[in-house]
Amino acid sequence: MNKPLAPTGLNLDEPLLWEMGKPGRTGFSMPRRDVEPHPLDDDLAGEGPDFPDLNEMGVVRHYTRLSQWNFGVDTGMYPLGSCTMKYNPKINEKCSQLEGFAGLHPMLPAGMTQGALHLMVELERFLKEITGMDAVSLQPAAGAQGELAGMLLIHACLKGRNETRNKIIIPDTAHGTNPASAALCGYRPVRIKSGGKGILTPDAVLEVMDEDTAGIMITNPNTLGLFEAHIKAISDIVHGKGGQVYCDGANMNAIMGMVHMGNSGVDVLHLNLHKTFSAPHGGGGPGSGPVCVARHLEPFLPVPRILAKDGIYHLSEDFPQSLGRLHSFFGNFGVLIKAYAYILSMGAAGLTKSSQLAVLNANYIKEKLKSVFHLPYDRPCMHECVFSDKFQRERKITTLDMAKRLMDFGFHPPTIYFPLVVDGAMMIEPTETESLEEIDRFVAACRIVATEAMESPDLLREAPKRCKVERLDETLACRQPCLVG
Amino acid sequence: MRYLPHTPEDIAAMLQVVGVESMAELFSMVPDECRRQDTPDLPEPLTEWELDAHMAALSEKRPGKSRGGPIAFLGAGRYDHFIPESINYLLGRSEFTTAYTPYQPEMSQGTLQAIYEYQTLASRLLGLEVANASLYDGASALAEALLMAMRITRKKKVALSRAIHPHYRQVVQTYLGPAGVEIVELPCLENGRTDISGLQGVEDLAVMAVQSPNFFGCIEDLTAVGNMCRENDALFITAFIEPLAYGLLKNPGLQGAHIACGEGQSLGIPRWFGGPGLGMFACKRQYMRNMPGRLVGQTLDKQGRRGFVLTLATREQHIRREKATSNICTNSSLCALSAAMYMASLGGTGIRELARLNYDKAGYLKQTLQQAGFRIPFDSPVFNEFVVEFPPDFEATYNKLLKKNMVAGLPLSPWYPELKHHYLLCVTETRSRAQMDAFVKEVTS
Repeated sequence: MNKPLAPTGLNLDEPLLWEMGKPGRTGFSMPRRDVEPHPLDDDLAGEGPDFPDLNEMGVVRHYTRLSQWNFGVDTGMYPLGSCTMKYNPKINEKCSQLEGFAGLHPMLPAGMTQGALHLMVELERFLKEITGMDAVSLQPAAGAQGELAGMLLIHACLKGRNETRNKIIIPDTAHGTNPASAALCGYRPVRIKSGGKGILTPDAVLEVMDEDTAGIMITNPNTLGLFEAHIKAISDIVHGKGGQVYCDGANMNAIMGMVHMGNSGVDVLHLNLHKTFSAPHGGGGPGSGPVCVARHLEPFLPVPRILAKDGIYHLSEDFPQSLGRLHSFFGNFGVLIKAYAYILSMGAAGLTKSSQLAVLNANYIKEKLKSVFHLPYDRPCMHECVFSDKFQRERKITTLDMAKRLMDFGFHPPTIYFPLVVDGAMMIEPTETESLEEIDRFVAACRIVATEAMESPDLLREAPKRCKVERLDETLACRQPCLVG
Repeated sequence: MRYLPHTPEDIAAMLQVVGVESMAELFSMVPDECRRQDTPDLPEPLTEWELDAHMAALSEKRPGKSRGGPIAFLGAGRYDHFIPESINYLLGRSEFTTAYTPYQPEMSQGTLQAIYEYQTLASRLLGLEVANASLYDGASALAEALLMAMRITRKKKVALSRAIHPHYRQVVQTYLGPAGVEIVELPCLENGRTDISGLQGVEDLAVMAVQSPNFFGCIEDLTAVGNMCRENDALFITAFIEPLAYGLLKNPGLQGAHIACGEGQSLGIPRWFGGPGLGMFACKRQYMRNMPGRLVGQTLDKQGRRGFVLTLATREQHIRREKATSNICTNSSLCALSAAMYMASLGGTGIRELARLNYDKAGYLKQTLQQAGFRIPFDSPVFNEFVVEFPPDFEATYNKLLKKNMVAGLPLSPWYPELKHHYLLCVTETRSRAQMDAFVKEVTS
């Protein structure tokens, strides 16, 4: 029953688009021409782009074949740590495709967009409830833009107090985007190390926090999958010196209904609707990264904001202290619909249970695998657990080899070589939507890989063998970049 | 709950393996001060059928149940174009939808080849040598392009046309303001194009950005702007909000742009109340390593077979941290996929024909309104959008038309106070001659 599902499918090869097609074909039903040609100045006209001409079925087969070379959550378990690859409900996709949403123009008079505005106002309220924060902006288009919004909020708040600060504290367990987001506001990162137990100590923060430091960027639960238990004490230290606490909420999936972010001392928090709130990742976007704030930061939220007057919603830019606009319009509405539909389907009890099961699944995997993989922090974890390749390195087998070998068993590998604080890290996040049977299959595959590492390591070095391609030469791609055909 | 697979027996067995008594005990490391004492106040969960009905009702809380809602002559950064059903169908392939960023290339060749093809089509459309895998949207793409130009030139002053989408200029201010960048605004000429004469002799200019067709729909003289940039030793960015225009018009690369960036929503992506969109971004090859965002490159596997990987990652934040070329760590992948499918469906022949149809239809309405006695204030050529000046009492007509489910474009005065009673009108292939004639009849009656 726990036998891994090894892939044995049929994959058709498929050329590049421009290696196919013939001039004169078309895949598009050209609308009827009901006007005469309007004069066109020769100087303006170009030659038109050099695109191949394909017919409709040519396009359909091309992309169907490409899709078959891909692996998604719908294909199988995708335990990519920190990415929360949970099931993406299909009804939510239908909701986002409703013509009244998908066909809605953002510049229509507000009277014509009340349904969409109502949805956004409700979603803001739901996210406030779930996080325990006081106000929300749905504008950021992704997690990294949510982070940037967080930094801009802190910057705007300091500016409101006529203060300039130059530094920001970033722990070694932070997400890689944190320093780059802070740099856009001119903040120089001050790195601090997590303590021996994998979490930050108040002393480490006390040592570096000063009046030139804008605040701290803290990820909770952190990227080791551990809860930053001292977050309140750390917040008090940062607040004591006039700083603000930004929390990266990418890992909110572990703590819904269990933790109150507002009471933990957090001033600003971003969420990833494409992680915690079930919107699909789309092969790398589009996502949505709302930012939630404590009351004192509300005046600085991005504009426009949605206000209600006599039961009618309208958009307002009349917030003089606002950090400004972040998005071409109001945020990734098409993604917001899915998160809203998800919350309505789950309810408070369902969300709480999701977090509990996500934590249960991760702890179960941790217990089941810690005898075969080195577990650097053997403590109760939250939604993910981090192993290393320390045991396998004696046979010169690395995390990369094990990741590639897992593919041959039909699993997407975990996140590898992150977080940086663990050498050769393998970060496993099963999410709550994986069943016990599926997890047992994954555990069985990991155990086989661990055994193979000792007994027949070449199997791992040669892996993967059952994918569309074998290991790809990334150095070649980088040395002789070929970005277009 | 149908999304959660655990039975009570599963939970009991797993808790035993973990060595705790209860689910609550799993959270023992959360101190009391961080714990919730209450339950979030959310509505009772809906069944699939209740949700379906609720969402359908909410989506219809607007007038006009016909395709695309009201008969709107409205563009301004989001365009109503027909999207082939084949694209909607293909986008439903959940191998694309439910995958993550293709970090493991052997399992993600579908996304990777599709994005490589997107990069190629985008670069051909814009006439530049390389394109990235996309950014969030047009506005952030412009902000990222300006930051890139400042990195390349090591100068800290940028010039922006006032005829760039006002929202985009706001986003630029948000991105560049905190770093203290000086933003010079270029005014507009009587003909609706950007006035670049004030730039002569401006010192320390990193980059100049214009949009074409610009926010008023006018096609800019890009070659002239490019020449001015060269004189000033500045880089030249061409922004856009309607990329379909380049199916017909000379592309930015041909006219000297170093970077072309903007919104790709027109290429097969629904309007979705303004998002998600597609930040398109292309540049000359010499600046490739300064580009923000993800890049897909071609390589070989161990057997010498062609394959694709994410590449040039040393520009990115997980390696370069605060020195990264951008903080962006995704693209707008599924939207890029839509755009690639759309461009592939149209083909070179189709995109030219469709672009010409847009041009001709907008030309028809513009001419008809002019003949009906309305002033067309800007005499520069346009693509599928143009400005018309209606009489001072037009607001009443505008509101009357809204009741008839017709939207007479976008009033410009909120963004351009000097353009009182000026409206921005857009005509795509989705508007019929009969609708345009009916519209002209309404505004003249």
